[in-house]
Amino acid sequence: MKLRRLWAIVLKEVRQLRRDRITLAMIVMIPVGQLVLFGYAINLNPRGLTAAVADQAGTAASRALVMDMIATGVVRTVAHADTPQQLVGMLRRGEISVGIAVPPDFERRRVDGREVLQVMVDGSDTVVQSAAAQLAQTPVDSSAAAPRKTAPIGVVAFYNPQRRSPVNIVPGLIGVILTMTMVMFTSVAIVRERERGNMELLITTPVSRTELMIGKVLPYALIGLIQTTVVLLLGLWLFDVPVKGSVLDVYIAAVLLILANLALGLMISTKAGSQFQAMQMTVFILLPSILLSGFMFPYAGMPAPAQWLAEVLPMTHFLRLIRGVMLRGAGLLELWHDVAYLLGFIAVMMTLAVSRFRKRLD
Amino acid sequence: MSAAARDAQAAAPATAPAIRARGMSKRFGELQAVDRVDLTVPRACVYGFLGPNGSGKSTTIRMLCGLLTPSAGEIEVLGLKIPEQAEALRRRIGYMTQKFSLFEDLSVRENLEFLAAVQDIPKAAARTRIDALIEQYRFGDRQNQLAGTMSGGQKQRLALAGAVIHEPELLFLDEPTSAVDPESRRDFWEKLFELADAGTTLLVSTHYMDEAERCHRLAILDRGALVADGTPAELTGALQGRAVEVRAAQPRKAQRALVDLPGVLSVAQIGNDLRVLLADADTAEQGLTDALRAAGLEAEVAKAKPNLEDVFVAATRGQTPGAAAAREERA
Repeated sequence: MKLRRLWAIVLKEVRQLRRDRITLAMIVMIPVGQLVLFGYAINLNPRGLTAAVADQAGTAASRALVMDMIATGVVRTVAHADTPQQLVGMLRRGEISVGIAVPPDFERRRVDGREVLQVMVDGSDTVVQSAAAQLAQTPVDSSAAAPRKTAPIGVVAFYNPQRRSPVNIVPGLIGVILTMTMVMFTSVAIVRERERGNMELLITTPVSRTELMIGKVLPYALIGLIQTTVVLLLGLWLFDVPVKGSVLDVYIAAVLLILANLALGLMISTKAGSQFQAMQMTVFILLPSILLSGFMFPYAGMPAPAQWLAEVLPMTHFLRLIRGVMLRGAGLLELWHDVAYLLGFIAVMMTLAVSRFRKRLD
Repeated sequence: MSAAARDAQAAAPATAPAIRARGMSKRFGELQAVDRVDLTVPRACVYGFLGPNGSGKSTTIRMLCGLLTPSAGEIEVLGLKIPEQAEALRRRIGYMTQKFSLFEDLSVRENLEFLAAVQDIPKAAARTRIDALIEQYRFGDRQNQLAGTMSGGQKQRLALAGAVIHEPELLFLDEPTSAVDPESRRDFWEKLFELADAGTTLLVSTHYMDEAERCHRLAILDRGALVADGTPAELTGALQGRAVEVRAAQPRKAQRALVDLPGVLSVAQIGNDLRVLLADADTAEQGLTDALRAAGLEAEVAKAKPNLEDVFVAATRGQTPGAAAAREERA
């Protein structure tokens, strides 16, 4: 491998990229757009669900319990009701998503340890339903001194006590954006040269396969780091997402995912016959990366085959790293399993891509 | 081996030929793209590949560059075994692809800088060489223009400058002038002869007769097979007496009267005249005159000087001695 030739390829890519206004815009627009989209719009832990309360007991304890529920921020009262029947009507008409009914014998039930209160939910939306389930976990007695026959299960949310989605989503979003852009840029970049006929010229020069491959991915690695920075800064600025661990660890994890995805993109480029095919294959990688990696749905809840598949994806491992570092303040060494997997993935994919690339037309 | 190729080797025994191929074949699935081609290209000459689209010109060139692996046959280019030693060959050849293959979104100078770097030309030498090429290929005032915004002729000139930046011994040009106006073509060929004078061997494929005529030597390809080769003079000389011009008042009718006559290979209309190619020189023009008179047509019949188009027609219909020899060898 010769540095001058490698540098020539890098310089050429950068010059071409600089003239490609659309791609240049996408480098920044994709992270900004995704961040706003996922950060604001997609909220799996809804807050401020519309609710109404029918407190037929009207005791101090019942009022306190209702206040505790409203204080979680999950619901906000928009209407008043006198009976559970009125709540049901409001639910049916869609005026509220949650109804809280306190029966007249609230005090007795409390002493007996029976169900003290009912939360009625518009179950047609599973997200609302799960939000209401949290609500039902509100401790019946705020005063710890009072003896409890039933111990209501208190849910203590570590690391994200306010249950804000952006805190979970922003670190993962770095992964989604890097998977989307890195795989796509590289796979398309090589296929495009083949389509335009540049490749036929390149392979008749002394340029080696390794120089060609590495020279092609280096500029994109830099772009990946820029995107990581954009997401981190916007995450901090818009959603107050902290980096609890070291920032260096965040970037190391990002570099690992960038290289894994670039290698994957190169691999795709040796398979795809056209830019369109390269795009299709990118989506084929992107979808499971979003759905199976634990970004959208918890990894633990997936059936075993889905978990096996998720284990193969670089995104799954990156997500563990980045959530560990950013949210739990873990060090990369503590998460060495995932670091090792990503390193192995990069080595295997890169070797495969280089060996599959032929300086031949047949 | 054809007679012409044998002559070429006898004439230049001191220097080994630039290209030597024996039984070179390429099969793509069912399609026999190149069929047992024997080829000898002497050094420092412009060697033409003449043939219609799909005759295997590009495939042959790609095999000679080491870009395609031949299905059968032996190839030696600049003393190197191809495709085994293709990597060593890459520094010594230039290849101008049929489609413009430089980067359209890079400027003239940036393209040349890139090529100089990947061809391992040291930085200082590269700058001098690029300045010289920009001067020589008249890009002085547009060296910062993007390649994609230039005309067909300018692109070809740039592609040629790029292909010779490392001063290759052997230059392959695949239909270099197919998208270029006649003025630029003439200009382009001047550059090719300058290169040949400087000792470069050039292999140029074309489907233009006038370009083929400019080559020092020529091979005619038809459906993957080499059907004739030699110098343009040898090739046309072999047809002496077989080309006839017929001037008739009603050329379309005259053509119909002649086309099925025994001994007539082809009748082509050129303006108001007909050009008739005979199977052998002994066929008398009298026969043509008689046939025309029988059809009730007045016409003047005269021998004409054979040209490369006649050679091409004769070769592709399998009637030249060269092709016959080539067929025998294959059989």
